Amino acid sequence: MWLAPALRTVRLAPVRTETAIRVQGLDVALRGSDVLHDLAFEILRGAIVGLMGPSGAGKTTLMRAIVGAQRVKGGELRVLGHRPGTAELRHRVGYVTQGLSVYRDLTVQQNAEYFAALQGHSRASAMDAVAAVGLSDFARRRVDRLSGGQASRASLACALVGDPALLVLDEPTVGLDPVTREEIWQHLQGLAGQGTTILVSSHVMDEAARCDSVLLLRDGRLLAHLTPGQLLERTGGTSYDDAFLRLIRSGESM
Amino acid sequence: MSVHIFAASMRRILQQLRADRRTMVLIVAVPALLLTLLYFVYGGGPAFDQIALSLLGILPMLVMFLITSVAMLRERTGGTLERLFTTPLHRPDLLAGYGVAFGLAALVQSLVLITVSVWGLSLKTTGPIVWVLLIAFCAAAVGVATGLLASAFARTEFQAVQFMPLFIGPQVFLCGLFAPHASMPRVLQGLADALPMTYAVRALRAVGDQADPAGDVLRNVLVLAAFALGALALAATSMPRRTR
Repeated sequence: MWLAPALRTVRLAPVRTETAIRVQGLDVALRGSDVLHDLAFEILRGAIVGLMGPSGAGKTTLMRAIVGAQRVKGGELRVLGHRPGTAELRHRVGYVTQGLSVYRDLTVQQNAEYFAALQGHSRASAMDAVAAVGLSDFARRRVDRLSGGQASRASLACALVGDPALLVLDEPTVGLDPVTREEIWQHLQGLAGQGTTILVSSHVMDEAARCDSVLLLRDGRLLAHLTPGQLLERTGGTSYDDAFLRLIRSGESM
Repeated sequence: MSVHIFAASMRRILQQLRADRRTMVLIVAVPALLLTLLYFVYGGGPAFDQIALSLLGILPMLVMFLITSVAMLRERTGGTLERLFTTPLHRPDLLAGYGVAFGLAALVQSLVLITVSVWGLSLKTTGPIVWVLLIAFCAAAVGVATGLLASAFARTEFQAVQFMPLFIGPQVFLCGLFAPHASMPRVLQGLADALPMTYAVRALRAVGDQADPAGDVLRNVLVLAAFALGALALAATSMPRRTR
């Protein structure tokens, strides 16, 4: 396994009562048309929260609003107690966009060092992040010469530099094989265990099982925010896919 | 603006340039090869000298426009720009990083071009040739700045390449290379005066004609610098941190 030694060291259990993200009556419009309607939810620190829903549900828009890349039309959005995109938050939020948002013509190490420098961190912390995603042996390899899973992990490493308090990951496991997906999820769970809050989107419903809670989004509305257990229990679904479909059909909000 | 983040961005862009050896060779060698070709077309002499001198400003601007617009477009479409904007990086840090990194590449290109022209193709100027280096560098800076700006109007790399004839074409026609400024219709003269390449060619002509061209060169170079800064400022507004 490529979990870094640092992650195996036991730290004090994180306090889970603090709020990492608070959303109240959030409306977001993209080029004039409303994309997110009246969202309200709360995410506790140290939680892994899955953002699930079909394509076009508004997952990416919500994530972009949280990292401060998308203007908010109305309502309240607080990230670690701040408005999104403030200077304070730029040091504490790690964001991985959909697709590979790293420089493919650079090596893993060069990418990580650049993102470390942007955050004012040392080269050593860049290498720590590379080690944390298990790419130490590939640090000097160009990203475009890595496998898909390795490249995704390289992108993740750039977000991990300097231990951000909140990680926002837009479909980090899309298009990856089950083994690599498993590795990424294990790694995220290790980070959450240390108190990092993680918001991760996916349209693979089975990944809901990996999360502490799931936000189900459809057509820009929040269908439900519940634990994976509750999702199966309340819908009587046999699988997460089935549960989500039932939830949509019933049209009810939980 | 943060000096630290600017320096890191410049370093990263230089690393990307170094990783792409073929592009580096093209940047440095192609303009010199083109001038050599032209030398044999004219068989040298005063006609070649006049055109070659103008090209010492035109080619760097053209090449830098092209590579900058494509490089910046990649940053915009690849998701890295959006990601950078969630970090403490500010727009001037990145723009200055691009400006200085590609400016350095332009300096190397100009040095090679001037060396080949003077010692290889026996280009003659009345004034000191070192002025040409300054002019070529400033022309390249304008190319970088307008390239950064042009990337805002392109969605794909194909489109970015197509912007070259649009941004650069009229400048080449109007800059005085094909017809002297004074012989053009008034409207075109006005248009030429609004385009940066005209000033690069004027400065180069001054080096060609005057024994002490300092005054004319500096005046035109200042105009070039103003164009570069204006285009950089416009480019900054073309990349909003937040989508509306």
